[in-house]
Amino acid sequence: MDFLKIFGREDVTSKDIAKERLRLILVHDRANVSPKFLEMIKGQLINIVSDYMEIEEEGMDIKLTRIKKDEETTVPALVANIPIRRMKHLAKI
Amino acid sequence: MSQVLVITSGKGGVGKTTTTANIGTGLALYKHRKVVMVDADIGLRNLDVVMGLENRIVYDLVDVTHGMCRLKQALIKDKRFENLYLLPAAQTKDKTAVTPDQMKKLCEDLRKEFDYVLIDCPAGIEQGFKNAIAGADRAIIVTTPEVSAVRDADRIVGLLEASGFEEPKLIINRIRPDMVKRGDMMNIDDMIDILAIELLGVVPEDEKIVISTNRGEPAVADEYSRAGQAYRNITRRIEGEDVPLMTIEEVEPTFMDKLRMFFGLKARRVKGEGARWTF
Ligand SMILES: Nc1ncnc2c1ncn2[C@@H]1O[C@H](COP(=O)(O)OP(=O)(O)OP(=O)(O)O)[C@@H](O)[C@H]1O
Ligand SMILES: [Mg+2]
Repeated sequence: MDFLKIFGREDVTSKDIAKERLRLILVHDRANVSPKFLEMIKGQLINIVSDYMEIEEEGMDIKLTRIKKDEETTVPALVANIPIRRMKHLAKI
Repeated sequence: MSQVLVITSGKGGVGKTTTTANIGTGLALYKHRKVVMVDADIGLRNLDVVMGLENRIVYDLVDVTHGMCRLKQALIKDKRFENLYLLPAAQTKDKTAVTPDQMKKLCEDLRKEFDYVLIDCPAGIEQGFKNAIAGADRAIIVTTPEVSAVRDADRIVGLLEASGFEEPKLIINRIRPDMVKRGDMMNIDDMIDILAIELLGVVPEDEKIVISTNRGEPAVADEYSRAGQAYRNITRRIEGEDVPLMTIEEVEPTFMDKLRMFFGLKARRVKGEGARWTF
């Protein structure tokens, strides 16, 4: 169920709102509790992306944050900044 | 083989002490297991009051861990329920009066004498929590159907996993069938879905809990209490039996229950061997 749809609507029960809020809260909580989590994602991202481009691992920045969905609401987001040094030939396909 | 179980929650006031008292009494009643309940909430002792044993305290957990008395001297035997004992918390010290290593040692000593050692954990994730889980084999997490309580339960699941606990079990307390039906309270599936841990039981909101706490007699021994029934089921599950969850209809007070309440009839104590374990 979509977070934004749930709020403005009248026919949605309060427990659906509770559940959706809880789900989003736990996205952050779980990532913050485990420092290994982001490192794991980072490692796997490097693997995948490296097939197509040469990247600058030192300059990589991955974080879990919130982004604005509209004027009033923010949602959790995984933001990855991956500097590219060179594209591999594969990318031309 | 004896088991050391810690009852924990993160958030305060969700029913850890109530759960410890009822499961402890339930295990002693059902198969006459030898049970000790340890109040690890140092500085805020409660379990003695919930059990109605507050007038019998001489020594406490801190006295034991500091060698001021022998373990046997500090254990309070419950005269109503055979095989049930309480090790009270200290009221005048704070949580730093005991270390995780001392708690480990204490649990090892208790394990030799008892079938079950139940540890009533204080709220929070600081020293008191670390002490309470130090000597435990398994954990029971208590939550209520509220966003903040479930959030804290999730945090506890993470901390327990990090400390090497396998498969903690969940008790959902204070569920209100009427509110669940209206869609104004998260249901069991919602919470299991989110927390992704195994359910040990669901305990309804029940005014009998307040009444039984007033009297100092755990609701598990009250034949007419719905929460007591839920705790009897949980007891049997801990004993390894496969007991289905109570349905919403079973959780709600029956017409007869209401009638009894209306006339102020007293609870009936469950007596004798396996007596009145109605399901
Ligand atoms: N199923 C229930 N129905 C009605 N009242 C309940 C129920 N469970 C617990 N309560 C009440 O909620 C209050 C808090 O319960 P309890 O002391 O067991 O919580 P706790 O988690 O041990 O709290 P603390 O974190 O302070 O140690 C008590 O007044 C108790 O009687
Ligand atoms: Mg308590």
